[in-house]
Amino acid sequence: MQTIDLATTPLRELNATLQAQTQDTNQTAWEVLNPRGAHAVAVGLDAPISVTVRGSTGYYCGGMNARAEITVTGNAGPGVAENMMSGTVVIEGDASQYAGATGHGGLLVIKGNAASRCGISMKGIDIVVFGNIGPMSAFMAQAGRLVVLGDAGEALGDSLYEARIYVRGTVKSLGADCVEKEMRAEHLAELADLLARAGAEARPEEFRRYGSARTLYNFKPDNAGAYG
Amino acid sequence: MCGIVGLFLKDEGLAPELGAMLSDMLVTLTDRGPDSAGIAIYGPEVPGRTKLTVQSDAPDSEFAALAGALGADARLERRGNHAVLHLPEAMAAPLPEGLRVMGAGRRIEIFKDVGLPRDVVERFGIRGMGGSHGIGHTRMATESAVTTLGAHPFSTGADQCLVHNGSLSNHNNVRRKLRHAGMRFETDNDSEVAAAYLTHRMAQGDDLGAALTHALEELDGFYTFVVGTADGFGVLRDPIACKPAVMAETGQYVAFGSEYRAMAMLPGIETARVWEPEPATVYFWKH
Amino acid sequence: MTTPPRFSATFTPDINAEIRRAADTGLYDIRGGGAKRRVPHFDDLLFLGASISRYPLEGYRERCGTDVTLGTRFAKNPVQLDIPITIAGMSFGSLSAQAKEALGRGASAMGTSTTTGDGGMTDEEREHSTKLVYQLLPSRYGMNPVDLRRADAIEIVVGQGAKPGGGGMLLGQKITDRVAEMRTLPKGIDQRSACRHPDWTGPDDMEIKILELREITGWEKPIYVKVGGSRPYFDTALAVKAGADVVVLDGMQGGTAATQDVFIEHVGLPTLACIRPAVKALQDLGMHREVQLVVSGGIRTGADVAKALALGADAVSIGTAALIALGDNDPRWEAEYRALGSTAGAYDDWHEGRDPAGITTQDPALAARLDPVAAGRRLKNYLSVLTLEAQTIARACGKSHVRNLEPEDLCALSIEAAAMAGVPLAGTDWIPGRAGS
Repeated sequence: MQTIDLATTPLRELNATLQAQTQDTNQTAWEVLNPRGAHAVAVGLDAPISVTVRGSTGYYCGGMNARAEITVTGNAGPGVAENMMSGTVVIEGDASQYAGATGHGGLLVIKGNAASRCGISMKGIDIVVFGNIGPMSAFMAQAGRLVVLGDAGEALGDSLYEARIYVRGTVKSLGADCVEKEMRAEHLAELADLLARAGAEARPEEFRRYGSARTLYNFKPDNAGAYG
Repeated sequence: MCGIVGLFLKDEGLAPELGAMLSDMLVTLTDRGPDSAGIAIYGPEVPGRTKLTVQSDAPDSEFAALAGALGADARLERRGNHAVLHLPEAMAAPLPEGLRVMGAGRRIEIFKDVGLPRDVVERFGIRGMGGSHGIGHTRMATESAVTTLGAHPFSTGADQCLVHNGSLSNHNNVRRKLRHAGMRFETDNDSEVAAAYLTHRMAQGDDLGAALTHALEELDGFYTFVVGTADGFGVLRDPIACKPAVMAETGQYVAFGSEYRAMAMLPGIETARVWEPEPATVYFWKH
Repeated sequence: MTTPPRFSATFTPDINAEIRRAADTGLYDIRGGGAKRRVPHFDDLLFLGASISRYPLEGYRERCGTDVTLGTRFAKNPVQLDIPITIAGMSFGSLSAQAKEALGRGASAMGTSTTTGDGGMTDEEREHSTKLVYQLLPSRYGMNPVDLRRADAIEIVVGQGAKPGGGGMLLGQKITDRVAEMRTLPKGIDQRSACRHPDWTGPDDMEIKILELREITGWEKPIYVKVGGSRPYFDTALAVKAGADVVVLDGMQGGTAATQDVFIEHVGLPTLACIRPAVKALQDLGMHREVQLVVSGGIRTGADVAKALALGADAVSIGTAALIALGDNDPRWEAEYRALGSTAGAYDDWHEGRDPAGITTQDPALAARLDPVAAGRRLKNYLSVLTLEAQTIARACGKSHVRNLEPEDLCALSIEAAAMAGVPLAGTDWIPGRAGS
C-alpha cells in the first residue's frame, strides 16, 4: 500500500504520482490521507489502480477518471467523477452537486445522498445512489443509467435524451419531456446488473423507469412552451 | 463572487474561540475572494447598552476627536480603521461627517476592509474576539468596485447583516424602488441592494423569515444569502441553486461554508452531519 | 394626383418579411454568421502613420516582428505563434471534416493555431494543426482527458460574441452518424445545448475548474477563457482573478454556426467597444501583456489586425474571414445560392447543411467539393496578406514589432468610434466619454 498524506504533500505531487502509474504498474494500491476538503484530488488518472481517499474531498474528486477505482471514505464535493471515462468511483458518504456530471463511462456509486444536478449531461456513465438525489438531476442526460434507491427531487430528467433513469422511492416532479416508462424484461435485467455491480441491496421490481418522451427531438412550434 | 462562512455555537464553552474559528474558516476560502473580507461577530449583550461599529478613512484624527466628544458613559474601542462605540442604549452618538456606520445593535460588531482575509482578520484582531455566533465573507468583486464599503457583511438593521455569494440580475431596478422609498445606498453593489431590501421589508413589518421569502419573488439572479441576527443566523439559496452551500452540524455548533474545506478544521467535523440546503427554502437557527 | 409609395424606416421590407415568416412557422429565425447590421467598427479608425515627428521603417530590410506568445502566466508550455492571428473555435459538425483539415493546413503553414469547437477534437484536426486549442464548452460533447492532454492549450468557453448567454446549436440535418457518435446524440435530432457549464457557475467556481484542468494536464498548457462582448471590463478582471492565462473576447460581429437571429443582432457589444475596457482591466490589475488578450469578431484585413493590436490586444482570431478565404459564399456557386433563395455573399443558412461551397455541411457530396489542400493554401495566402498588411502599417507607424502599436497611433472618423476606442476624433484632441475631455 502506497500512502500519500496531503497534510505534507502538495496536491501537484499527489496527482503527478498517481497519473504516472500505467497499465503495468506493480503499485496498484494507494491511499490518500487528510484530504480535508481539497479540490481536484486524484484527477486524470489512467491506470487500473485502486485509490482510497480517507476523509472528505472538495470539488472534482476523480475528475475525468479512466480505469482507476477510487473510493472516498467521507463525503465528496461538487462535480465528483465529472467526465469520468471508465473505472469506478465509490463515495461512502454523501456527494454534493453535479455528481458524475458529463460522465462518459464507468460506474459512480454514492452510498449516501447526492445533491442537486446528479448526472447532469451524462454521456454514458452509470450512477447508482443508495440514498436520495436532489433537484434537477439528470438534466439533459444523453446516455447512461441513473439508479436511485431513495427519492428524487424536483424536475428529474429535464430535457432528457437517451439516458435511462430508475427510481425506487418517490419522484418529487418530472422535468420537461421526461416520462415514466414501462419496465420490461431487459430493463429489469439491466437494473439487476447495475445493482449487483454497485453492491446495492434492492430488487429491480421495486423500481420505476423514467425516460425521454422524445417530443423535443425536432423543434415543433407547438412545443414552444417547453422551451420558454 | 465570493466565499461565505458562518458559525453558530451551541456549546458556550467554545465562545472565546469564535473569532479564531471564523478566521480560520475565512482564510481557507481566500481563493474565492481575494479582493476584500469582512466579519460580523455577535458578542454578549450588556443590558442597557448598545454598540455602533464605525469606519474612518482618517482614523487617527477622527477617532481621537470622537473619543473626546463622547461622554463618561460611553467608550470608544479602536480596531485599526474601525472603532466600536459602546454606548448607553438611548444615546444618540454625535457622529462626524466622514464616519461610516458598519453595524449597529446590542450584540453585533462588523469589520470589513479591502485586502486578503488573513490581513483583514489580523488588522481587526478578530482572532481574539469571542461570541455566540458570527458570519464572514471574502469577496471577488463582480460588477462593482473593490472598496471597503463594497465589502460584506452589509448591515440590514439592528443586530442584522447579510453576506452574499452570487450575482443578482435585477438589482438596479430594485435599488431604484428602494431609493424612492427613502433608503440610502453607498455603493452600486448588488449585495447592498439585497441587504437594503430585507431591511425595508422588515421595516414594513415582515420578520426575517417572511422578508427572505419575499426576496425569492422579488430578487432575481443567483444567490446564496447568509444573514445574521441578534440570536442566530439564516440561509437562503435561490431556486436555481448553482452557487455552493454546505452545512455541518454537531452537538457543539452549526456551521456554514461555501466549500467543505472551510469547515474541515472544526472540532468533531469528521462525525458531523454534513448536508446542503435545498433551493428556495429559508433555514434558521437561533439561541 | 397620387404621391409615390413610401416605405417606413420602422416597418421595412426586411422586417415585414420576417413578421410574415414568424406568422407562417411559429419558430424564431435561425441562421449562421455574426451581426450583419452596421455598427461602429475598425473602419471608423485610421492610423496616423509617419510624419516629421515620427519616422517609418523601411520595408523588407528593417524587420517588423509579428511573433507572439500566449499563456506566459502559469503554463509550462506557452503557445508560441509566428503571427498574431489565430483561427477561432468552429466545430466539426458545424463544418465539414475537409474544412477543418483545410483550416489546420493553412494555420500550420503560417505557424499559428486552430481551435476545436462544440463537438470535440477529431484526429484529422489534431494531425493537421501544429498548434491546437481545445475548447471546454457547456455541452462537453466529446470532452475527454486524452484530447485534453494532446491539445496545446485549453479554452474555457463562457460565451461567444454572436450569443453571449446562448449555448451551441446544431440542427438534425447536420447530425450525421459521425457527428452523432462524437456528441453522444441520436442521429438526425435537433441538438439542444446548455448555456451554462454543468459543473460550475461563476468565476469563484471557474477558478476551481481551472485548477482541475491544470492538475489533469500537469500545468503544461495555457488556459484561455473566452467570453462574448458583454461587460468586458468586469469579465476580463474576473477571468484574471480566476486564474486564466489568456482572455479571448468575441464581439457581436463574431459568427456562429447557428442561433436565433434576434440573439445575434440584439445581444452583445460590437468588437470595437470591447477592447479598451478589457485592456483597462488588465492594466488596472498590472496584468497587461502578462495575461494575453485575443480579440475576435469581424477581423477582415491587416488593418483590422493592426488596429486591434494598437488598442491593446496581443492577438486576434478569425472565423468568418477564414471560411470566406476557404471558399464560403464564393460567387462561383451563385446558381446554387439562388436555388436556395439566397445569393453569394448573403448566404447564412449554415444550419441547414446544404452549403454549396461544401464548408458548413455534413453532406458528403457537397463536402467533397472542398479540396483541403487547395483550400489550406488559400487560407495560408490570406493569413500571409493579413500579416504583411499589418506589418506595412506598423512600419509606417515606426514600429519594429507589431506589438508596439499603441492607441495613440490612431484617430477616429466618428464620435461613436472615438468614444468606443478611446482615441481622439481625427484632427482634434477630443475623446468623447472621458471625464475632463
